[in-house]
Amino acid sequence: MRRVVVTGLGLLTPLGWGVEHTWKGIVEGRSGIGPITNFDTEGYGCTIAGEIPSVDGRGGGGVPGEPGVFDHEKVMSPKDRKRVDDFIVYAIAAADEALADANWKPETDEQRERTGVMVGSGIGGLGPIADTAIILKEQGPRRVSPFFIPSALINLTSGQISIRHGLKGPNHSVVTACATGAHAIGDAARMIALDDADVMVCGGAESSIVPIGIAGFLACKALCTAFNDTPEKASRPYDKDHAGFVMGEGAGIMVLEEYEHAKARGAKIYAEVVGYGMSGDAYHITAPSETGEGGLRAMKAALKRAGMQPSDLDYVNAHGTSTMADWIELHAIEQLVGDHAKNLAVSSTKSMTGHLLGAAGAIESIFSVLAIRDQIAPPTINLDNPEEETAIDLVPHKGKPMKIDVAMSNSFGFGGTNASVIFKKVV
Amino acid sequence: MSDTLERVRKIVIDHLDADPDKVTEKASFIDDLGADSLDNVELVMAFEEEFDIEIPDDAAEHIQTVGDAVKFIDEKLAG
Repeated sequence: MRRVVVTGLGLLTPLGWGVEHTWKGIVEGRSGIGPITNFDTEGYGCTIAGEIPSVDGRGGGGVPGEPGVFDHEKVMSPKDRKRVDDFIVYAIAAADEALADANWKPETDEQRERTGVMVGSGIGGLGPIADTAIILKEQGPRRVSPFFIPSALINLTSGQISIRHGLKGPNHSVVTACATGAHAIGDAARMIALDDADVMVCGGAESSIVPIGIAGFLACKALCTAFNDTPEKASRPYDKDHAGFVMGEGAGIMVLEEYEHAKARGAKIYAEVVGYGMSGDAYHITAPSETGEGGLRAMKAALKRAGMQPSDLDYVNAHGTSTMADWIELHAIEQLVGDHAKNLAVSSTKSMTGHLLGAAGAIESIFSVLAIRDQIAPPTINLDNPEEETAIDLVPHKGKPMKIDVAMSNSFGFGGTNASVIFKKVV
Repeated sequence: MSDTLERVRKIVIDHLDADPDKVTEKASFIDDLGADSLDNVELVMAFEEEFDIEIPDDAAEHIQTVGDAVKFIDEKLAG
């Protein structure tokens, strides 16, 4: 099979706009969580989230032009914005950055037809769905906007990116809840490996910090309600005071490319995608199996595909959502690596970004790639009192410089869907 | 300039983010002002709201220019 490498990265997260801006905050152990500004949270048990810091004041806002502050108008005109929900705007912004970073501007018919898009979302346009339902009830069917459907459909992430950049290769989209981003990257890598495309723009995007999104996850008893007054402390994977996940929003996009194609054009190569494993729990709609055997099988499958041993792993970016499932996953990793546990670093960057649902696997794959580039493991913040003992280094508080040749990113979703992706340094 | 024309022009300029100089009576939404078929649907909805009238789908299909919209609305308002 053909080799697949990472040649471009794009990020829009609660820590800011742009890969380097977000990554600097991650390594320093900065929290992107704050009070929800997108709507009035009166009556909601959870009043905090990881919003994108934007010039309109959202997410703590900021001054236009300040580094890392998102400006919708730099991405789309007000006329085009009404055609898309925020998750699509976020996907477009991150894709612009990733394609510019990869310096890939397909111009010939062949280049366009060999460049595809595979971007997903966990739940897509919840906001417009809820808003339009109210218009439908109060004003009737004739007042429903012609832009409602295309603004809410999940695969319009891939559609809009393809239209904007003239990418005529495979156009696909993943929907696997919180495993979406990881599945999108793994599936896109396969499309290149199987010669369906030479270049794929892939990842995930989410914008569910809307009333119906917060209310819905609150009803599932999944969200943290215990730290509304100290939002930066709310997401605390592995800590004994963990109290549920904190929702984040944003997008992560990678440009993947066939190895010889990247080399021939002198592209910067961040890492190689060497392994991808998937599994299903066949257990429960929202909870992982108690033994973590589903996640374990995904990790084993990814290692098998990579032709690697568990002892080859240096760093794992865990799913770690700051729930009871954190230790289930960690025990599965312990079981996987055995004595190698003492050499392994595992962290949950959700401690800083919150849980970006369908974008989580994508931004965390990007963090894994940057960990390889900079030889530094990103931290787990708020890990003041680990709930259990482990030989694994959970990288508390600050990033840790260390040798990282191989990094794995885990993502698990509602429905019992699991994905692991392995990246390797290219020498 | 009629009151209807002015109000139609304002809607078209706002919704299509169009250059006001180009929004003349003869201007076609699609050919001259960058609209697509979905924009046309939205424009018709905006006209209905602004003038408190109903524009049936078969009539909406024939509203392709600013002038078409003004003519239809004036006739409708005249009863």
